[in-house]
Formats: sequence, C-alpha cells, structure tokens
Amino acid sequence: MQLYDRRRLTNRVVVGLSLAATAFGLLFLVFVLATLLKNGVGALSITLFSQATPPPGSQGGLINAIFGSVAMTAIATLVGTPTGILAGTFLAEYAHGSRLGEFVRFINDILLSAPSIIVGLFVYTILVVPMGHFSAWAGSVALAIIMIPVIVRTTEDMLTLVPNTLREAAAALGAPKWKIVVTVIYRSAVQGMLTGVLLAVARISGETAPLLFTALNNQFWSTDLNRPMANLPVVIFQFAMSPYVDWQTLAWAGALLITAAILVLNVGARLFASWSGLEK
Amino acid sequence: MSVSLATSSLPPAAGPASDPGASASQLPVKCQIRNVGFHYGKFHALKNVSLPLHDRRVTAFIGPSGCGKSTLLRILNRIYELYPGQLATGEVLVDGENILAPGLDLNLVRAKIGMVFQKPTPFPMSIHDNIAFGIKLYERLPKSEMDDRVESALRRAALWDEVKDKLKQSGLGLSGGQQQRLCIARAIAVEPEILLLDEPASALDPISTQRIEELIAELKSDYCIAIVTHNMQQAARSSDYTAFMYLGELIEFDETERIFTRPQQKRTEDYITGRFG
Repeated sequence: MQLYDRRRLTNRVVVGLSLAATAFGLLFLVFVLATLLKNGVGALSITLFSQATPPPGSQGGLINAIFGSVAMTAIATLVGTPTGILAGTFLAEYAHGSRLGEFVRFINDILLSAPSIIVGLFVYTILVVPMGHFSAWAGSVALAIIMIPVIVRTTEDMLTLVPNTLREAAAALGAPKWKIVVTVIYRSAVQGMLTGVLLAVARISGETAPLLFTALNNQFWSTDLNRPMANLPVVIFQFAMSPYVDWQTLAWAGALLITAAILVLNVGARLFASWSGLEK
Repeated sequence: MSVSLATSSLPPAAGPASDPGASASQLPVKCQIRNVGFHYGKFHALKNVSLPLHDRRVTAFIGPSGCGKSTLLRILNRIYELYPGQLATGEVLVDGENILAPGLDLNLVRAKIGMVFQKPTPFPMSIHDNIAFGIKLYERLPKSEMDDRVESALRRAALWDEVKDKLKQSGLGLSGGQQQRLCIARAIAVEPEILLLDEPASALDPISTQRIEELIAELKSDYCIAIVTHNMQQAARSSDYTAFMYLGELIEFDETERIFTRPQQKRTEDYITGRFG
C-alpha cells in the first residue's frame, strides 16, 4: 500500500510539473499575442494597403513592404519547395546508406542550423557585390537558401514515416519506383510535407537579417526585382527602432500583418490537406 | 514442364513427394522452385529448397517463426530486392522461365505474380483508385471499361456488395477484413498468374478470416496460390499441398491430407501435433 501511495504521489508531482511547464510556455505566447493585438489593431487602417512607407511625420502605409515580402517569399518558395522536396525524396527513397546520402544529410543539417545573417552575407558576396547593387532577386535567393534545408529535413522525415509495407505492396503490383514514390508515398505523406513547407514559409516570412544584406529596403513603391525592395521585416526593424511615433505605429501594424498572414496560411493549408487528402 | 522432372528435383528429405499420388501427377506445375537459397547479409536463411507449385491449386507453407517460409514467398516475386544486402540463389521457373535470372524486368515479373501481405496495405486513395492503380500501370482503358474491371475485381474478392456505393471514399476507411479483401482485389485486378499470400488472415478476426478462406477456395479455380500461414487448421482447410519448413530447410512437401494424417518425417509430425513450434 505504501508503494502504491508513493507511486500516486510521484504521478501527481510529475503531472503538476507538466501542467506548470505548459502554462509557463502558453503564458508567454498569450502575452506576446496580446501585446501585438493591443498595439497592432489600433494601427490597422485602409491606408496601410494603399500607400507606401512615409517619411517621418506624414501619412503613409505599408503597401510597398507588403508587396515586397509577398513577392520575395513567393519566389523563394517557388524555388525552395521543389528543390527541397526532391532532395528530401532522394535522401529518404534513393540514398539508402550511400555515402553521398550521408554527405548530403550532413551538409543539410549544417545549413539548417546556420545563422541567417551568414546566409545574408553569403548572398551579398556572391550576388550583390558582383551586380553592384541590392536587389529583390538577391533577397529571394537568400530566403530560398534558408528555406531549402527545412523542407529537405521535413520531407525526409515524413517519407521515412511511411511504412515499408506500402512500398512493397505497390512494388508487388509491378509499379516502377518513381511511380510508387509519386502516387503512393507522397500521398501518404502529403500532410506532413505540406506542414514542412508551411513551417519554412513561416520561418522566412519573418527573417530580417538576410534581407538587410540583399534586398535592403525601399521607401517607394517598386516592382522591379533588379532593384532594392521594401519588405515587412526590415521595415519593422527600421521603424520600430526609430524615435517617430507614427513609424512605430506602422511597425506594430506590420508585425500584426505578418502574424495574421502566417495564421491564415496555416489554417488554409490544413483545410487544403484535409480536402485533398481524402477523409479517413 | 513435366511433373516427373518437378518431383524428381525434390531433396531426399521430402521423400514422400517423390512418390506422387495419382491425382498429383495429373496437375500441371506452374512454378518450379529449384535449389533455392537465401542470404540476409551473412545469415543463411534458406537452404536448398526445391518444390513445385501446381496451377489452380493452393500450396500452404507452414513452420515455426523464422523458418524461412515468408522469405521463400518474398523470393518468388523478387520483392526482397527492394532492400540491399539480400541475395537469392537457385532457380524459380515460372512456365519454364527462370525469374531469378539477372536482366529480367522486375516490374514485369511482379505484375505476373501478385502478392498480399500480412497487414492490409490499402493505398491512401479511393477504393476505386486502389484497384485501378495496378491496372493503369500496364493498360490504357477508357473509363467505362476501367469501371468494369474494378467492379469485376471487387466482385471476385467478395467485396463489391459492401463498397459499391462508396467507391469514391478512401480505402483507409474500411474495416481490417474489408481492407484485406481490397488488397486481394487489387492484386487480382492486374490478372496475375500466381498469387502469393503472406499470412493474409493473421491480423483479422475469425469472421473475416473465414471470408478470406472462402475467397481462397474461390480463387484457386483460376490461380496458382501459395499461402504462408501460422494457423495449422487454416493450412489443413484451405490448401491442396502443404510444405513444412524448419530452420530454413524444406522438411516435407506433400498433399495436405497426407501431411496432416500420415506425415513421413518425425519433425513434421511433432510440429502439426503441437509438440513444438
């Protein structure tokens, strides 16, 4: 009986600790979101979406930064997603213990944990310096480089989770390997892979450091990918640090926009996955 | 292929089979397994196994876990080659052609020899698409013809009545027994010549098991069937021939009735009477 009481006590203590840890984590999340909402909602207005970033003391919005962020994130995603998925597929389906596979996986892990400012400097050296100017292209490339290792890793992990029996069942019908991967394995893993892509998009949509060295910023509306381009993270960085209250307000609005966009993206992708991936 | 050739290549241990019964000698041999061995890395999992698989008959493989019966089945469609470090030796002649020969198109070999696994493996797609998957690999059919093929495969697998109103729903939503019949339907939809069943009912409840057994009895009028089972009653009920394997060797191969009533080998008798295994 004594043993049973001790066990019960241990159980209560551990459950209590787990709850406390969860509450601790959630507290900060709620705190961050509450602050963001409090300061951001008041800053929302129509002009955010109709005017470019203003000089201090005059009316303005964030449309140039919103466009820049969307454009560069989109280009990076278009480049990074296929590259990452193909490399992840190679690692999970074709590299079985080969040295090339081990090598690629090792390099990918290093890239995964590389500080983003290093990526920014790297792209600055190989693109911005030779071109002679900052550009949206350089920004997109930097974001893609940050994105690829995340997608490679999640794709490999998700494909590895698909049971081998499914591969055997498809092979037993006489299906060639590529067909098994594309029609059976991808379908089984689509939700996880999509989540991986989303995680990567969420990650790069908030990156500031690599853009500082590549796309820089632009006070004016510009759609020219060969020139510096405004983007939300750098604008937030610049405006939040400024002494001007109207700039600070715009920075709060920008922060809220990024957060809301990631939320919408997440919910949207989940809906898409449950719609396309056949309900159980 | 003559049956005398088939039976004479049996190892001496399988003595009784070289004394073929009258009925056995009249059955065509679909698949002749000759001196087949198998290595997982350094482990010698199968040693010199030889036996025939008769057309339109069910051959059951019994024996304790790890005796090599599933391994033997996995050689017959070369599915083991999905993994590195595994090597099969010997010959497996299907209609006289050695399917272990190098240079063969594996996908074509596998299309001819269907397999159903222990755990049901429906693909994450609709019931209709599960069946159509295999057909589409080798045939281009107009939609109406494809629908007919899907229906007839599902009918043959005794699943049609249960799923005809939900062909567009996911195969993953079916019960375990239905999923396994879906897998059998998928395997026969590509019209293979040999059907390999690797413990097809061991993950199922008794009623589903009974349905699978009835299905096997149905299907044997068209196929050469090899089934691995841990369930001795199942082997006795549903097979025409039984092979008893132990520690990677074929101990005895004969008509099922004889294996279960008058086994020639002491180890066979010990196993089927439950003294070990």
